[in-house]
Amino acid sequence: MCRTTDLRQAVLARNDDSAQALRAELTARGAIAVNMLSSPGSGKTALLESELALARERGVPVAALTADLATENDAKRLARAGVPVRQVLTDGLCHIEAVMLRGYVAGWLPARTQLLFVENVGNLVCPAAYDLGESLRVTLVSVTEGEDKPLKYPGAFGLANLVVLTKTDIAAAVGFDQETFLGNVARVNPGVEVVFTSARSGQGIGVLLERALAVRDGAEVHRPVMTRTATHDHAHSATGHRSPSLTIQHHGHGHDHDHGDHTHAHDQQSPPAPASAAPHPDHDALPHSHRYDHPTVDRW
Amino acid sequence: MHEMSIAAAVVEQVGRVALQRGATAVTTVRLDVGELAGVVPRALDFCFALACEGTALEGAALETRTVPARARCGPCDVEWHPGMPPDLVCPRCGGARAELRAGRELHIRDVEWADRPLHTHG
Repeated sequence: MCRTTDLRQAVLARNDDSAQALRAELTARGAIAVNMLSSPGSGKTALLESELALARERGVPVAALTADLATENDAKRLARAGVPVRQVLTDGLCHIEAVMLRGYVAGWLPARTQLLFVENVGNLVCPAAYDLGESLRVTLVSVTEGEDKPLKYPGAFGLANLVVLTKTDIAAAVGFDQETFLGNVARVNPGVEVVFTSARSGQGIGVLLERALAVRDGAEVHRPVMTRTATHDHAHSATGHRSPSLTIQHHGHGHDHDHGDHTHAHDQQSPPAPASAAPHPDHDALPHSHRYDHPTVDRW
Repeated sequence: MHEMSIAAAVVEQVGRVALQRGATAVTTVRLDVGELAGVVPRALDFCFALACEGTALEGAALETRTVPARARCGPCDVEWHPGMPPDLVCPRCGGARAELRAGRELHIRDVEWADRPLHTHG
């Protein structure tokens, strides 16, 4: 004997709930999260380094959380901007989910923070499916990746509130066809703004910060066609993203990777790291106000 | 490959409902997966079998129904199949005012329960 039950449940309902809760918590404290998606090597970290440094210069309280499968390299780079940075190591997981982010934000994010930049795992497939509670989703792509990237990864580009093109300083050298690229973006996400940037030349630096601050101050974000859905079975987020439920178990949650419980107050300065811990060649060229800070590192 | 996370979410949700209703075994889980949901049904099928092991869903079949995408431009009263990769620009006005009527579903439609466990453990 069998019986059938109509469930009609969204598979990702639990993630959606966590995302909504995190979005509400951040909004209540005057902050928003910015979810940054791209393939590996597209220049997310370089752009973010510039944006964080600019935010610090302007006195805008920002923080960044960066997710990778392994290494603390990105957090070390970002921490040089002198803002609170947290590294999350996924130990192989291809994306982060809202409940994970919520767990890491709790008790860490400084009270004054206005913008939390989340550098997602470098991957244009899986992270696209997960609402993290962000109010601005940004998909980045470099000129070296080909004009058809938006067509190959319609989820990542179709769900973005903002698209950022990176490494524009080498566009001519790699024969980047800007018109075709913009046409492809418009096909999967008509109406979305595309920002041209180069961390090296400085083109477009500060635009991401401006857009994020505008959203934080209540500006309306672009709503992609793919998020204007006709399903009514669960709540929609401010950005129209829907996220999945988290059921993956985390191991060693909160493990602090030799840095003790060092947290990063906005103005905190750490002594310069020993040479062996300073992987970036131009470390010594940094002004003292941007000295290397140990990021917080977590594993699951 | 986030299909494992998706499969685990399905198993967790169905398992919770099974517990609430006192069902001891699940025979079939039916999913609606939109063609723009970013989920590969074959990969999900493989992961589902793994995720079910040792749960009330062990041995359950997964039936996935693909939901075709449909976009609609309200002002033009035009509806179309966006295709893959999707073309979400209105074919009549060339504008960006469309909405997606279907195609991003990732839903558990229904579940069939058996009154006795399909497998005994231990």
